[in-house]
Amino acid sequence: MSTSKQGILASFDYLDSAVDAIGALRKAGFKRKSIQAYAPVPEHDLEHAMGYGQSPVRVFALVGALTGTATGFALSIFTSMDWPLVVGGKPIVSIPAFVVIAFELTILFGALSTVIGLFINTRLPHLKPLVVYDPEFSAGRFGVYVSASEDKVGEARRILEAQEPAEMREDPEGVAHG
Amino acid sequence: MATAVNEKERGALTHPDVESFGQVNRDILKILSRPGKGWWALFTVAVLGVILFFTSWIYQILTGIGVSGLMSPVGWGVYITTFVFWVGIAHSGTLISAILFLFRAPWRQSIYRAAEAMTVFAVMTAGLFPLIHLGRVWHGYWLIPYPNSRFLWPNFRSPLLWDVFAVTTYFTVSAVFFYLGTIPDVAAARDQARGWRKKLYQVVALGWRGTDREWHHFGKAYIFLAAFATPLVLSVHSVVSWDFAMSIVPGWHATIFAPYFVAGAIFSGVAMVITLTVPLRKIFGLEAYLTVKHFDAMAKLILLTSLIVLYAYMTEFFMAWYSGEEIERAMFWNRLFGDYWWATWTMLVCNGLVPIMLWFKRVRHSISALFVISLFINIGMWFERFVIIVTSLSHEYEPFAWGIYRPSMVEMGIMVGSFGWFFFWFLLFTRLLPPVAIAELKEVLPPPLRGARKEGAA
Repeated sequence: MSTSKQGILASFDYLDSAVDAIGALRKAGFKRKSIQAYAPVPEHDLEHAMGYGQSPVRVFALVGALTGTATGFALSIFTSMDWPLVVGGKPIVSIPAFVVIAFELTILFGALSTVIGLFINTRLPHLKPLVVYDPEFSAGRFGVYVSASEDKVGEARRILEAQEPAEMREDPEGVAHG
Repeated sequence: MATAVNEKERGALTHPDVESFGQVNRDILKILSRPGKGWWALFTVAVLGVILFFTSWIYQILTGIGVSGLMSPVGWGVYITTFVFWVGIAHSGTLISAILFLFRAPWRQSIYRAAEAMTVFAVMTAGLFPLIHLGRVWHGYWLIPYPNSRFLWPNFRSPLLWDVFAVTTYFTVSAVFFYLGTIPDVAAARDQARGWRKKLYQVVALGWRGTDREWHHFGKAYIFLAAFATPLVLSVHSVVSWDFAMSIVPGWHATIFAPYFVAGAIFSGVAMVITLTVPLRKIFGLEAYLTVKHFDAMAKLILLTSLIVLYAYMTEFFMAWYSGEEIERAMFWNRLFGDYWWATWTMLVCNGLVPIMLWFKRVRHSISALFVISLFINIGMWFERFVIIVTSLSHEYEPFAWGIYRPSMVEMGIMVGSFGWFFFWFLLFTRLLPPVAIAELKEVLPPPLRGARKEGAA
C-alpha cells in the first residue's frame, strides 16, 4: 500500500472498449502487472490483450496425477507384501488388479492438485473486502483497473476516458490490485 | 471459443430469445428468491420421502438386517439394485458437464449445472446404500483401507474394494468440479443479493471478482478437471459392473458388462436429466434457456444409448445360447420365462421398445412426451439392475439352492425414500445456487460490442 500509487477503475459496457483500453495502456508503457481486467465471462480477447502465456495449473495437474499413480501402486503392493496372503490363487503382487486402485488415485490426486494449483495461482480465496469493484462486473460490464504513480495517473485517466466508460472510480490508495 | 461470428451463430441457434448478458442474470437469479407453490408442493413430497427413508433405515438398524427380504441364496436385493441405479443416474451429469465440454457441444451450457448437481446428489444417495446393505452400519469404517488390529490390510484384488475407491473418488471429484463451476455464478448472485443470502454467497464465492488472472487459470483448471472426470466416469460404472462380472455367477460373468453398464448408466442418467429439467423449466419459467433444441439433443443421446443397451441385451441372450453352457442357458431362459418374467419384460419394454418412439422428430420435440418416456426409462433401468442381480442369484448352479427373493416393506420404504432424499437436495439446490450456469451461458451469447463496431466485428 504505497502512498505514491493511485488507482483508477473504469467500467465499460462493451467488450471491445475494454480490450482497446488495455491495448492503449500497454502501448503507453503501463506494465502488465499494474493493469487488471474484470469480465463476466472468460474472454480470449481480454486475455490476449493482457498477454498471458501458459497457465502453471497444468504442472499441478500432471504432478498430482503422477503422485496418485505412484501412491496407488505403492499402497496396494506394499500392503500386499506386508502380509503375503494368497487370495484366490492369485499372485501376491497382482498388478492388473492394482491398476484399478492406481487409476482411481491418479484421478483423485490429479483433480485435487489441479484445484490447489488454481487457488494458488488465482490467489483465491480473496478475503479482503471488495474495495474497488463494480457489482455489474458479474452481470454484463467489463472493467479495467490501472494503478500508476501520481505523475502518470493523468495519462491513464485520459486513455480510459477515450474509450467512453460507463463509470469511472478513483482509488486514491491503489489497494484494489493484487 | 472461436471467433465472434461463430459465437454469435451458436448463441442464436440455441438461445434465440436471450438478448443480453444482463438478462441472463435477471432471469436466473430471480429463481432464487421466488419459490412459488409448485416448488413448495414438490419439496413437501420430498421431505415426506426423507422421513420414510430414515424411519425405515432406523427401524432396520434397531431390529437387524433380518427385516429385509435378503436370505440365501439371494444376498443382494433391492439395496444393491438401488445403489447401482443411483450410481448410474450420476453418470450422465458428468457426461454432460465434462465430456460434452471437451467436445464443445453448444447445447450443454443451459442444462449442465442441473445435470451436475444431479450427479453429486445421486452419488450422495448411492453412497448410502452399501452402508444400508451392511446391516451393522456402525462397522462402515471397515471399508476404509487401513490395517486392522492384526495388521492385515484390505484385499486390493477384490472388486468390492475397487468400488470403494471408485465411488469415493467419483463423489469427491464431481463435488469439487460442481463447486468450482458455481463460483463465478455465486459471485453473480452475491453481487445482487441482500441479507443472509449475501453473507452466504460471500463465503461460497471465495471473493471471486472475475479478474483476468482468475479467468485465465480458472479456464485451464476447468479443462483439466473435465479431462480427469471423463475417464473417471467411464471407470466408475465399469468398476461397479466388475462387482458382478468378476464372479462366476451365471448371467454375471461376461466381458460385455463394463461397456454395457456404462451405456446403461448414461441412458438412465439422461432420462433423469429430462425428468428433472421439464418441471424445472415449467416451475421457474426457463423456456428461453431450456429450449426444444436442448431436449431434442438429449433425446438423441437417449436413442443412441438405448440402442447400445438393447444390443447388449441381445448379445447376452445370444451368448448364453451360443456358449452351449447348460447352466447359462437355463439362467437366461429363467430370466425370460421364470419367476421374474415380469421384471425382465418390464425392462425390455421400457428400455428397448419405448425409446423407439424417439426416432420420430415429433416425439423428440414434444416436451410432455419426452417427460413420459423418461419416466418409463427410469423404471426400466431400475428393473434392469433388479433383473441382473436377483434372477442370477436366485438361479445359480445347484437346483436345490435355487430360491425366490421377495423385497420386504422395509426395503421398499428405503428404496422409495431414497428418491425423497435425492429430490430434497436437488430442490434445495434450485433455490440456493443458480440452477443454470450464468457465466457459461454467456459464453455462447454474442458479447456486447460498440454499436459502430458491431457490423465490422460481426
